[in-house]
Amino acid sequence: MKLHEFQAKALFREAGLPVPRGRAAATADDAAAAFTELGAALGVVKAQIHAGGRGKAGGVKLVRSAAEAKGVADALLGKPLVTKQTGPGGTIVRRLLVEEGLPLDKEFYAAVLLDRRLEAPILMASSQGGMDIEEVAEKDPNAIVRETIDARAGLHGFQARRMAFRLGFPKALVNKAAAVLQGLVRVFLDRDASLVEVNPLVTTKDGRVVCLDGKVVIDDNALYRQTAVAGMRDVDEEDPTERRAKDAGLSYIKLDGNIGCLVNGAGLAMATMDLVKLHGGEPANFLDVGGGATTEQVTNAFQIILEDPAVKGILVNIFGGILRCDVLAEGVIAATKAVGLKVPLVVRLEGTNVDKGRELLRNSGLAIVPATDLTDAAKKIVEAVS
Amino acid sequence: MSILVGKQTRLLCQGITGDAGTRHSLACREYGTKLVGGVTPGRGGSDVQGIPVFDTVADAVSATQANATMIFVPPPFAADAVVEAAEAGIPLIVCITEGIPALDEVRMKEAVTRAGARLIGPNCPGVITPGACKVGIMPGYIHKPGKVGLVSRSGTLTYEAVWQLSNRGLGQSTCVGIGGDPVIGTTFLDTLKLFNADPGTDAIMMIGEIGGTAEEEAAAYVKAEVRKPVAGFIAGATAPPGRRMGHAGAIISGGKGTAAEKKAALRAAGILVADSPADMGATMAAAIAKKGKKTSVVVAKPAPAKKAAAKPAPAKKAPATKAPAKKAPAKKAPAKKAPAKPVAKAKKR
Repeated sequence: MKLHEFQAKALFREAGLPVPRGRAAATADDAAAAFTELGAALGVVKAQIHAGGRGKAGGVKLVRSAAEAKGVADALLGKPLVTKQTGPGGTIVRRLLVEEGLPLDKEFYAAVLLDRRLEAPILMASSQGGMDIEEVAEKDPNAIVRETIDARAGLHGFQARRMAFRLGFPKALVNKAAAVLQGLVRVFLDRDASLVEVNPLVTTKDGRVVCLDGKVVIDDNALYRQTAVAGMRDVDEEDPTERRAKDAGLSYIKLDGNIGCLVNGAGLAMATMDLVKLHGGEPANFLDVGGGATTEQVTNAFQIILEDPAVKGILVNIFGGILRCDVLAEGVIAATKAVGLKVPLVVRLEGTNVDKGRELLRNSGLAIVPATDLTDAAKKIVEAVS
Repeated sequence: MSILVGKQTRLLCQGITGDAGTRHSLACREYGTKLVGGVTPGRGGSDVQGIPVFDTVADAVSATQANATMIFVPPPFAADAVVEAAEAGIPLIVCITEGIPALDEVRMKEAVTRAGARLIGPNCPGVITPGACKVGIMPGYIHKPGKVGLVSRSGTLTYEAVWQLSNRGLGQSTCVGIGGDPVIGTTFLDTLKLFNADPGTDAIMMIGEIGGTAEEEAAAYVKAEVRKPVAGFIAGATAPPGRRMGHAGAIISGGKGTAAEKKAALRAAGILVADSPADMGATMAAAIAKKGKKTSVVVAKPAPAKKAAAKPAPAKKAPATKAPAKKAPAKKAPAKKAPAKPVAKAKKR
């Protein structure tokens, strides 16, 4: 689950990490008030959306008066902001962060994330703050330094200092920088994050080390025990269909094609998309109904697929293990009767109780095209939609 | 022969009194697994259809001499259950549970390693040695005893692969579902090493997916060490970058972990890779044929499949590998589409 910058900074502040003074505002008047409260000569108004690249897209503006803050807020709020990460439609800006402007000196990059190969969290940093880390990794991989984190103890003091020295923090600021790095790791471990990123982490001309930005992603599997953070979920940022699927216990991702796919198991669901593409079709979605799906879940899955106006045909591919083929068949029949089927439906069933499942479909009186195996299924659905 | 589990396995089920725990414990016992006990704290002294239940893993081990456990404990308590098993001295821990927090996985793997135990999963279907021992949630009847070792990050996609292999008369020595999470107990590389050393495994099939670099590391090992035929498939060629495809570990991040990269790494290691999931079985057969007569991989006896195949596999001890090697496709995935009657075609090869 992604957090907004102002939420990430609230977590940082709670952990004792230095962040600029400021607060969130949802209206232009409130943004002006927030600027006045700062009592600062220079303020920054930042659009709060779950996407990076806001600065270049015009979502971050310097302001010098309450009136200016109001004007900038008016221009941003309620309108889509298009960044390189949002897609062409952009994301509607519903909230702003109004902060004090700081006298910046140098910019750094720091991130805590899980390294799959090491099977441990790592702290990764570079002295080239403000830049896209993937760009740095490509152009100057030696500029990136790493420390492996002990998942029980956190980042050791010597590791934090070693990294601060290697990054070239001025001697007088090394201890401050090391404390910030340790704090970021603490946030990562205490909040069950899958990513904590600060870009840029800055030094100021008055000798401070400050987290100027903040990006935090929380491990969905840990939300049950991160209740405070779970309350920060912003459903406005989620695709409505994907949100509905998630709430129904389904794993759904919208794609650009016209063949709706309903599959059990994530690996088989991916393989089914690949199969459709290999036979000249384009999958409209990834949808995993899960291992132990019920009739109700299958019905939900069908409705979600059929709500997509781009869908011109549906391929159901089930290898029954825990999910029995007869349960799936009952779900398919119930769903098609409930929502009305106006597009071709190809069903490939295999596995537990397959004969019973096939018989149910055959006797349903519905126009279901049975498929004998994967290739047969792919050919039939691609032909049906073309 | 086989790896990890077999007739010698004495299995516990942690979380046996839950719905899934009970159902799958009984299915494993029915398959022939020696299920010697279950563990649910507070339910010690009771039983589940004759299977004794204990309060702690240590109690269960001393009473039953269990040497393996499968875990169906809900995600908030699963890591604890894994560590309890490791501390109780159980050498093989198979964790089925899906949805464990990643940091719990990091910490539990450390604890398991320290205790010298082996963890399979989490978020996996389990391990099966066909005809001998089933530890997990896979449908037993699709498997056939034989000599192909199968390792996969997925569940149902593994069943699909097993189905295709069995229909071609290619039985399996052991099938290992290693799990779809970013941090897992036993990797592709670990499993390949076991298969490579196992005299009962003559060929290896590996089924990977997008995300991470475990397939690439396994490929490097295959190139350097494995002389047995190896076939592979990678799911997720059409997956968009930056999106988690169901499995927590199935994500292309920073342009890394794509299916194209993984397929290239596998092919560079001499592994035959199927582009279509319908060709997994055919590709394994082709890889075996390519290596020539040295391997005899076909299932020794007809499987006891009840409703498995429309036509039960009529394998008559005739190894598919007697077919001349030159018939096998050279490098690319096999041209043959998955046949409607795979058994018949398998015999022709």
